[in-house]
Parts: sequence; structure tokens; C-alpha cells
Amino acid sequence: MSAKVLIVDDEANIVISLEFLMQQAGYEVAVARNGEEALEQIADFRPDLILLDVMLPGLNGFDVLQRVRQHAGAHELPVIMLTAKGREVEVTKGMALGANAYITKPFSTRNLLDEVRRQLEASRQTEIDKKHETFTD
Amino acid sequence: MFGGLILLVSLLYLGLLFAIAYYGDRRADRGRSIINNPYVYALSMGVYCTAWTYYGSVGRASSSGLGFLPIYIGPTLIAVLWWFVLRKMVRISRMNRITTIADFIASRYGKSSTLGGLVTVIAVVGVIPYISLQLNAVSASFTLLWGYPELRFDPSDRFTISGLDTALWVTFGMAAFAILFGTRHLDVTEHHEGLVAAIAFESIVKLLAFLAVGFFVTFALFNGPVDLFTQAMADPDAARLATFGAETIDYNQWAWLTFLSMLAILFLPRQFQMAVLENMDENHIRKASWLFPLYLLVINLFVFPIALAGLIVFRHQPMDADLFVLGLPMAAGNELLALFVFIGGLSAATSMVIVDTVALSTMVSNDLMMPLLLKLRIVRPSERGDYGGTLLSIRRIAIVVIMVLGYVYFRVTDTAASLVSIGLISFAAVAQFAPAFLGGIYWKGGTRLGALSGLVAGFLVWGYTLPLAATHSFGGAPDDFLLYGPWGISWLRPHNLFNLTGLDPVSHSLFWSLLANIGAYVIVSLLTRPSVIEQGQASRFVNVFDYSAESEAIFLWRGTATVQALRSLLERFLGQARTERELNDYARRHSLDWTQMHQADAELVQFAERLLAGVMGAASARVAIASVVQEERLSMDEVLKLLDETSQVRAYSRQLENRTRQLEEKSRELEAATAELRAANERLQELDRLKDDFISTVTHELRTPLTSIRAFSEILYDNPTLDEERRTQFVGIILKESERLSRLINQVLDLAKLEAGAAEWNTTEVDLHALITEAVRASSGMAEEKGVRILTRIDAGPPLFVWVDQDRLMQVMLNLLSNAIKFSPEGRGEVCISTERRDDWLIVHVADNGVGIRPEDQKVIFDKFRQGGDRRMGKPQGTGLGLPISAQIIAHFGGKLWVESEPGKGATFSFTLPLSPSDHR
Repeated sequence: MSAKVLIVDDEANIVISLEFLMQQAGYEVAVARNGEEALEQIADFRPDLILLDVMLPGLNGFDVLQRVRQHAGAHELPVIMLTAKGREVEVTKGMALGANAYITKPFSTRNLLDEVRRQLEASRQTEIDKKHETFTD
Repeated sequence: MFGGLILLVSLLYLGLLFAIAYYGDRRADRGRSIINNPYVYALSMGVYCTAWTYYGSVGRASSSGLGFLPIYIGPTLIAVLWWFVLRKMVRISRMNRITTIADFIASRYGKSSTLGGLVTVIAVVGVIPYISLQLNAVSASFTLLWGYPELRFDPSDRFTISGLDTALWVTFGMAAFAILFGTRHLDVTEHHEGLVAAIAFESIVKLLAFLAVGFFVTFALFNGPVDLFTQAMADPDAARLATFGAETIDYNQWAWLTFLSMLAILFLPRQFQMAVLENMDENHIRKASWLFPLYLLVINLFVFPIALAGLIVFRHQPMDADLFVLGLPMAAGNELLALFVFIGGLSAATSMVIVDTVALSTMVSNDLMMPLLLKLRIVRPSERGDYGGTLLSIRRIAIVVIMVLGYVYFRVTDTAASLVSIGLISFAAVAQFAPAFLGGIYWKGGTRLGALSGLVAGFLVWGYTLPLAATHSFGGAPDDFLLYGPWGISWLRPHNLFNLTGLDPVSHSLFWSLLANIGAYVIVSLLTRPSVIEQGQASRFVNVFDYSAESEAIFLWRGTATVQALRSLLERFLGQARTERELNDYARRHSLDWTQMHQADAELVQFAERLLAGVMGAASARVAIASVVQEERLSMDEVLKLLDETSQVRAYSRQLENRTRQLEEKSRELEAATAELRAANERLQELDRLKDDFISTVTHELRTPLTSIRAFSEILYDNPTLDEERRTQFVGIILKESERLSRLINQVLDLAKLEAGAAEWNTTEVDLHALITEAVRASSGMAEEKGVRILTRIDAGPPLFVWVDQDRLMQVMLNLLSNAIKFSPEGRGEVCISTERRDDWLIVHVADNGVGIRPEDQKVIFDKFRQGGDRRMGKPQGTGLGLPISAQIIAHFGGKLWVESEPGKGATFSFTLPLSPSDHR
């Protein structure tokens, strides 16, 4: 079963490019255009990873990240922040809130795909470890 | 029977005074003063109104009309200056522990005991006629009332009732009362709170009594003032007064008497006592300076009506006009009112006698007897013994002597002399203090010898022209001495010195005595050099407001004294308990330990001297201190050196002060500058923050199209086999985003130019309708693409010209049109352009039928990078700079751009433009 990626961004053209990239890499894709939609999709679509833009109308990316981390079922969900604001403070804030990676726009498509793959791998490994632990107990 | 009643009521009244005084003292002891307010202070000054005012004013009025008034006009006039003169007197007295007016003058001129003694003699001699006046009035009113219901008044039996000399009885009675009342305390610088309370009470009693008889006469004996004056006009004597004819008023005399009473209110011993020594708070002076004149006005209201009534009622009856006040209620058979009037007169007389004897006896003991006893070595301060009691005994004896002298004067001089003429003699005597006193507090050049000369000269002239002359006119008939001068020398005639005529005796005396006084004072002062101590005192007095406290005196003293010697000296005059208390206070103030200190320093000696001065006067204190202190006389050279040093120190401290002031100014300037800097810095930081925000926003806006461009470029590059449809779509996006990017960069630069004022404007007359048509044509492609109709509602008519930059206005129109098209619903959109002319303005509206703009967004859309639009529909296309740029352009043209919108019902953007001048028709 292929991994599921949720794309959260309000720039239509960027969404198109991300959608294409993820589908081409073999992931199942869903799109949210703002923070509220993102939260709904997280519940319905149950993604394995989120590509999350910071500057969103309404609830911004940080708000969404915070909710995700507080949510019991999704607090280990890998989140990659995407932002056009490349300032140090933003990165620190995002990391402090529990983002797994931070990618600045404009991004290199290869780097992005590598990061997505790495995060999915790491997350899968943790789950295997956990299961393994439960077996050995 | 009635005689007994008079005595009883009088005794009860005096008892009441004692009770009030006792109560006042008790309250003072408990620290809850009843006299510490301006009203009691002003009332206590009412001691100015004695039997003279009470009985004598009516007497004066009945002979000379309004001639009684100057005595009250003078004080009223000078009350205006009280805040300056009286306050200075109060301040000096407090700082120097002044006990009497003699002490004041002696203290000013180097603590001269000679001067103090001389002032005392003048004061005693001068006030004796005044006291005799009170005895005269009380005994006469008593005699008259005693005869009730008969109205017998015969000058020959004024002195005896049943063989007893009433005046003598009154003398002893008052002396006893004054002793009991006035010599209860030793330290005369402590306030006599009980005394002041009693005097204030007496001021109320005499005022009420006088008003009572005034109302009675005017409204009961007559039918009001009109009736009274009508009847007066029918009476030849009264009519002369009522018409205020010129012959009743001697303006020359008025002026002199007004001047005289101005001095008297300041220098009469009792006024000095009440106004200066008993003052509790300098601020009371402010209120008293209108309250006291008000009191004088009220107490004089009925003088004239009573005088007229007296002349009418006693037309055919012998009656001394000075007794009209009492005679009128008696004649009307109103015995109760008569008794009240008598008590009122008694209160007027006793208040004067009490305060004057307290003041005079203190002068006699402190400024006359004590220096004398010290000089004659009868009192030796260095030997054991309690001298406090001695001082009190001297005061008591002095009271008796003064009262007896008053009686003697009363018997020796013209018995028929009016009360007022007796009183004026006293006024003229105390007026002699004026040059030395006022000169002393305003002129540093006045010297001891000058003051002595002036006082002696003035006093001699006064004595010759007034009291001596008075003894030569028994029975009102002047003898040869008065008429032809001593030994027939006409220019020595007491009432016409140097053949000066045309002045009444009092004015005449005042003129010559003050001339001699001032002349001698000024000339001798200029000719003599003041001693060191005089210079010090002169400065302390004249510049009293520069000294903040007693301790600021300059100590021009060198010598040795032991603390023990000073202590035992103080104990002898102050008593052990008080000495202990004062010394302990002093030690606490200066952080001293008496057990460690044996040698007294200059400051302690000065302190002891001031303490003694409070009990025995400055001059005596000087002598007493000198007896226990080994003083080294400072040579003039040393003094000059000391003064020089002091002045150097002063100059230095002044420099320091200036420096401090400059530094303070500097630091204030610095503070102001700092505040400015801080404000500027805050402004800069604010601007910096705004700039950061702007850059951050611009970067974000630039990154967004770049992101798409880069992502799709990489996708296309990595996927050469991408199907045609995708390929076209992606390249399209890259193109669109590139356009967006360049548009954005252009607009940022454009806005920066507009805001910096660096944009170029090519202003011409532009036909607005043509411009709109052009803009619509340019937008039609975009509109068709979205299926939006553009309507223009423009009046057909002559073209409207506006004075603008054509390209810029076009930019605004295109921006508004593209916004309108963008937000109109696809396929059924409608954009409407209309113009409107209002006064000298043109208004252009661009309306759409789109989603509208929420109220909270209506303002922010004019901010940079803020876009409206529905959140759920995603981000609208555009840079977010169009509207801010348009607004800037319209503002540059002098107009305004705004929006009106209801969500769901579209939005209307409007802007105003000023009509071109050629269109102002």
C-alpha cells in the first residue's frame, strides 16, 4: 500500500507542482487550501505525511502543526514545513513546535522528494521498532 | 440697690474673662489652641478700639462731625501693607525672640540697653495719658450710671461717690486685674493664649454693646435713620453736623490724623503685642488685613447717628457728649441696655489696660530695670539665686506704678479735656518710634546713636508741645505759657513752635517732633559708624527673609565659656526644669553629648543668649551673658578679616550655587535631549520594523511565483517524456508566474518611487471621458475572457477636463477595472463605471456585482500586500500593491480613493479629482 501525503497550500500553481511530484513518486495525494480544510483532511484522509505551508489564510501552518501535535492519534505524524519566509526565527519556531523538517521556497524538487522519502522511512522504522518492542515484552 | 447691681455685674464680667483666659491656656497646654486662626487674630487686634472709640468717637463726632473718622481710616489704609510690613515685623520678632517693642528697637541697634530703656520711658510716658483716658471713661460712666434713674452729670462730682474717689477705685481694681491676668507667665515670648482669647472676646462684647445701643437709638428712640436726620436738621447744633459742612471738616487735620493713626496701629505697645508678638501664623495676616478694617467699619456705623441723637435728646440738659452712648439708653429708661452699654465700655477699657500694662511692665522689667540692676550689680548672674521671681515682682510693681501714674495724669491735667484729645497725645508719643523702627527694618545704615538722637529729639519736642502744654490749660483756659511762650518768647509757644500757625496742637506737635526725630536719626546715622554687633543685627533685621533659620547667624565672637557656667546662668532665670529641657533639645538638634562637652562654642553661647532674651530682653541678656563669658574683644581688623572670610565663604557658596544651577540646567537640557533622542530612536525602530515587514512581505511575494517557476522548470527538465498536455500546462504556468514576478517587481519599484516622492509627473489637461473609454477598451479582453460586461454611464455633454498625469490616471482606472473584473462572478459579471460632478470635484465610481468586501477588510485592502477575497476560494491573483499605488496616485492629484461595499452585493470603488481650472464655470 502506497503512503498517503497531504498537501496544504493556498497557491494553486504550487499545489499543482506538488501534486504532480508526489503522484509521480507513487504516493496517494490529498490537497487542502487552508488550515481548517487541513484539519478535516487529517481526520478523513489519515495521511502518513504532511507538506505544510506556513502562510495560510485563517489558521496558519504553525496553528495546524500545533493541533496535529496535540492530537492523540497524530502526534508522531511527520510534518514538513514549506515556507516562503526563510527567516531563522521561523525555522526555530517550526522546529520547536515539532516540525520534522523545514524546506524553504523556492525548493529543489529533488531535495523535497528526498526529504519526503526519508521522513516516511523514519516514521515506518519507529513503528516497526515499537511493534518489535511489544513482541519482546 | 442699682449701684450694687452694677458692681456685681462688673465683677461677674471680669470673672468670665478669667474663665475664658483659663480655658484658653488649658487648651494651649493640651496643644489644641483656640486662638490659632485668623478670626481670633483679627478680633484680638480689636484692642485698638478702647473707651476712646466706645465713648470718645461719639463725643468727637458731636463736635466735629466726621472728624472722628481719620483714626480708623489710617489703620484701614495701612492694613493693605500689612502683608509686607507686619509680616516682616513678625518674622524678625520670632527669629530674635523679641519680647516688646523696646526690645525690638534695642535689639536692632546692637542690643543697646540705653536705647531699650529710652524706648521704655517713651512708651510708658506716652501711654500714661491713654490709660488715664480709660480711667476717666470708666469712672465717668460708672458715676453716671450710679445716679440712675437720675441723669445727673456734673463734672465736679465725677470723682466721688459717697466720699470715695471712683477713679482711684477703678485704678486699683484694674491694676489688680492686670496683675492677676498679665503676669502669670515668665517667658514673654511664649504666646499668652488665654490673654488673646479674652481680648478677642472683649472685642466681641464691645462691638455687640455698641451695635445694640446704635440700633436702640436709631430704631427705638427714632423711627430709623431718615427720621433721625430729619429731626437733626431742625436742631441748629445737630444740623451743623448733619450737613457735613466744610467748616466741620479740617482737611489738614484729617490728613495728619490719618497719618498719625497709621503709625499708631503699628507701634502702640498693645498693638505690637497683639499683632506681632501673639501672632501664631504669618498667614493669618492676610485675612486679618481685611477682617480688621471690617471690624472698624462696623463699630463706627452708629457713631454719627448716636451723636446726632445725643444732640437732639440732650438739647436742654447738660450732658458730656463723650457719655451720649450711655446717657441715651438711660434717658429712655432702658436700664438693662444701659447696664450692657456700661459693660461694653468696661470691656473696651479693660482690654486696653490689660494688654498695655502687660506690654509696658515687660518693657520696664526687661528693658529698663534689669539692665539697670545688672549694671548696678544688684543682680549678679554669676552668683546663685533665682531671678525669675525678681523679674515677675518688677513687672507687678511696674503695673501698679503705671496705673497710678495714669491716675495722677488724670487728676493733674485738664479734667474737661475730651477723651479723643487725650488719646491723640499718646498716639503722637508712640509715633516717635516710627523712624528708628521702620528705618531699622528697611535701612541698614541706621545706627544706635542715630536712633538714640532721633528718639530723644522727637520725644522732647512731643513732651513740650503736648503733655506739658496740656498741664498749662486747666479748665480749658490756656495760661500765659501757652499764649505767649516761656519767658514771653513767642517762637517757643508750645502750640506754635517757630511761630507755625494754622495747625491744631496734635498735628503741630506731630509735624515738629517727627521732623526733629527723622532729621536727627538720619543725620547722626550717616555721621556715625555702626559697631560690629550693630552691623550683624542690621543685616539680620533688614534681610530677615534671607535667613532661613536662627542658626544662620554669623558668629562674630571669640571667647571662652564653660557649659556649666552657661547652664547655671540659665537655671537662675529660666528655672531648672526648663533649662534642662532646652539644653537637651539643643543637644539633640546638634548631636551633642553634654558629658563630653565642657567648653561652650559660639553657637551655644548665642543660643543661651537668645533663651535669656526671651525672658529678660536682648539688652539684659547681652549683659548677663557677658558676666559668665570671658570675651575677647575683636579688633576691627580681625572683624574685617572674619567678615572677609565669611564673605569669601559666601561668595564661594554662591559660586557653588550658580554652578549647581548651571549643572541642573545642563542636566535638564540633557534630559530633554535624551527624551528627544529616545523618541527619535523609537521612531527609527518603528520605521525599521516597518521596513523589515515590508522586505519580509516582498520577499515572500517574490518567492511564491519563483517557487512555481523553479518547481515546474525542474519537473520539465527531469521529465523530458512528459505528455504534451501536461507540458503545455506547466510551461503556461511558468510563463504566467514569470509575468507575475515582473509585474510585482515593477510595482514594488513604482510604489517605492511614489512614496519617496521621486516619481515623475507629467501633468496636463486630460479629458476624463476619453480616458475612461480608453481604459474600458484596454480591459475588454480580460472582461470577455471572464464573461463580464462593462457598462459606462457618462453624461453626454461637453468633455470634462481634469488636471492630472494621464498615464498615472490610466494606471488607476486599469487597476480598479481589473480588480472589479477579477472579483465579479464568472459569466454574469457586470462592472459599471459612472461619473458625477459635485461642486469643483469630479467623482468616478467603479462598481462590480461580486462577493463584496467585508467591513473589516475595507480599510486593510489599501495597505500593501493585503488582499481581500474569500478565504475558501483560495488566494486571489494579484500582487496586493495595486490599490495602495492607486491611492497614492489619487492622493497626489489632491483627491481621495475609497470603497463602499456590502458583502454579497458587490463593491464600489470611488475616487475624486479636482476639476481643471478651465472647467470651474
